[in-house]
Amino acid sequence: MAEWLVGKASDIKDGDRKVVTAGKREIGVFHKDGAFYAYSNTCLHQGGPACEGVMIANVIDIINPDRTYEGQTFGDKTHFVCPWHGWEYDLKTGEMVGDRKQKLRKYEVLKRGDDIYVVA
Amino acid sequence: MDMPRSDVRPVEFDTFSTPKHLSHASEQARARNYQDFLIVDVDSHHYENESYAEVFEYIENPVMRRDAIDSGGRSTGFLNTQVGGQSMAGRIVRNKGRRLDKPRVSKHRDIGMTLDWMDAMGVDYACLFPTPMLFLSAHPVPEVEAAMAQAYNRWLCERILAHEPRIVSMLYLPFNDPEAAYKTVKEFGDKKGVVGFMVTSPRYKPVHDNAFIKTYALIEEMGKVLSFHAAYNWDDRALGMCNRFIAAHALGFMWFNMVHMTNWVVNGLPERFPKLKVMWIESGLTWAYSLMQRLDHSYLMRTSDCPQLKRKPSEYMREMYYSTQPMEMPDDKTLLEATFKQIKAETQLLWSSDYPHWDFDLPSTIYDLPFLNEQSKRNILGGTAAKLFNLDAKPVKKIP
Repeated sequence: MAEWLVGKASDIKDGDRKVVTAGKREIGVFHKDGAFYAYSNTCLHQGGPACEGVMIANVIDIINPDRTYEGQTFGDKTHFVCPWHGWEYDLKTGEMVGDRKQKLRKYEVLKRGDDIYVVA
Repeated sequence: MDMPRSDVRPVEFDTFSTPKHLSHASEQARARNYQDFLIVDVDSHHYENESYAEVFEYIENPVMRRDAIDSGGRSTGFLNTQVGGQSMAGRIVRNKGRRLDKPRVSKHRDIGMTLDWMDAMGVDYACLFPTPMLFLSAHPVPEVEAAMAQAYNRWLCERILAHEPRIVSMLYLPFNDPEAAYKTVKEFGDKKGVVGFMVTSPRYKPVHDNAFIKTYALIEEMGKVLSFHAAYNWDDRALGMCNRFIAAHALGFMWFNMVHMTNWVVNGLPERFPKLKVMWIESGLTWAYSLMQRLDHSYLMRTSDCPQLKRKPSEYMREMYYSTQPMEMPDDKTLLEATFKQIKAETQLLWSSDYPHWDFDLPSTIYDLPFLNEQSKRNILGGTAAKLFNLDAKPVKKIP
């Protein structure tokens, strides 16, 4: 395992991300709500650049207490979406939201001063 | 402390390049040595609406030409369209990004865009189809379908196929006007790059109508392929019950081909046109496996309903051709293996990407299957298509 310099924390704005080439691996490093997350940039579906698509809130169906359907709205979870086919991943866990048994490989992110490193 | 050097790049949405978008596909192509594999994509697309200014000029009838040009290709006007979130609210970024793309080849933009994704994926030849015109079959005016089909086919032959040998097509058949369909085959059957004729499936004229018989006979005589390209029609009464695109799409892309295939078989068309090469495009694979069993089961009790048949329906279906995409990927791969066996995949199945649409497939969907031997992979990825389309079997792509 080695520590790969991603850059200054201040260079990755909240809500943004960078893609790091660490040896033969590509890793997406996200900054969201003050926290950093790092995942493999290879989609579990067909190998697309999983970390390079849009970040978007989860969509939820609003079901009333009597179990009738009211409509849809956005929830409070953040997903990142593979731009090839739309596979969505939970930013906090790397789980594929349609089948949570499937997870992107997660990498540790270290912060030293203002420098951000990913361990891979 | 020495740190290993890392390459760090931003993710940008204000630029777009197809080779970059598909760089992981190119990695797969290099890792699997596709340069040594002939790969033919039997179902890919362009956005012909981006060239409507050129296409409309080919409309023969002056009144319709004026109408089309005046409409400027808007979604309301001369042509019909369909509701449907193909870009998934922006989750599929290439739909918007393609406007910013700068193709490497300086021929027609459609040629450049197509060659870029072909090379990136490792594709040697691609059969190109339109996109919005897949819905033209639902246009309420049959004359418009016929006029647009002729204009598009002429434009495609003159501006695209004539200038790029790696791009071929099965031309749009205006099936709501059987006479126009026949004339289309007559006029374009021997044009460069025309490997067959394509019927868009969401339509309501049955394939066994006598009006189509001379067209089938002509396509058979020419040795070309007759294909049925699936699509949905959300205005269809059954699909109109679906409130979400996933439902209309998943069902619609199977539904119309299931109807046409059933009519094709029970009306004895395989017996009447034994040499006609028939291909079913973009319905996935499970529909065929299911329909074979269903029709065989009923047929053995009701042979008098289809007296032209000399064999079970599944035996005729096993002699037709199927494109792979969108290939279902069950958790239990033995189900997929059984499906391949049932449709006789090693000689009847042809890989397709459907690129750049939202549910495209890469060649690795076939290459990585553990139950296929090398020859089957080569057949499905390109060998069978090369024979069917009469293409040179030597790989010609340049994987970046």
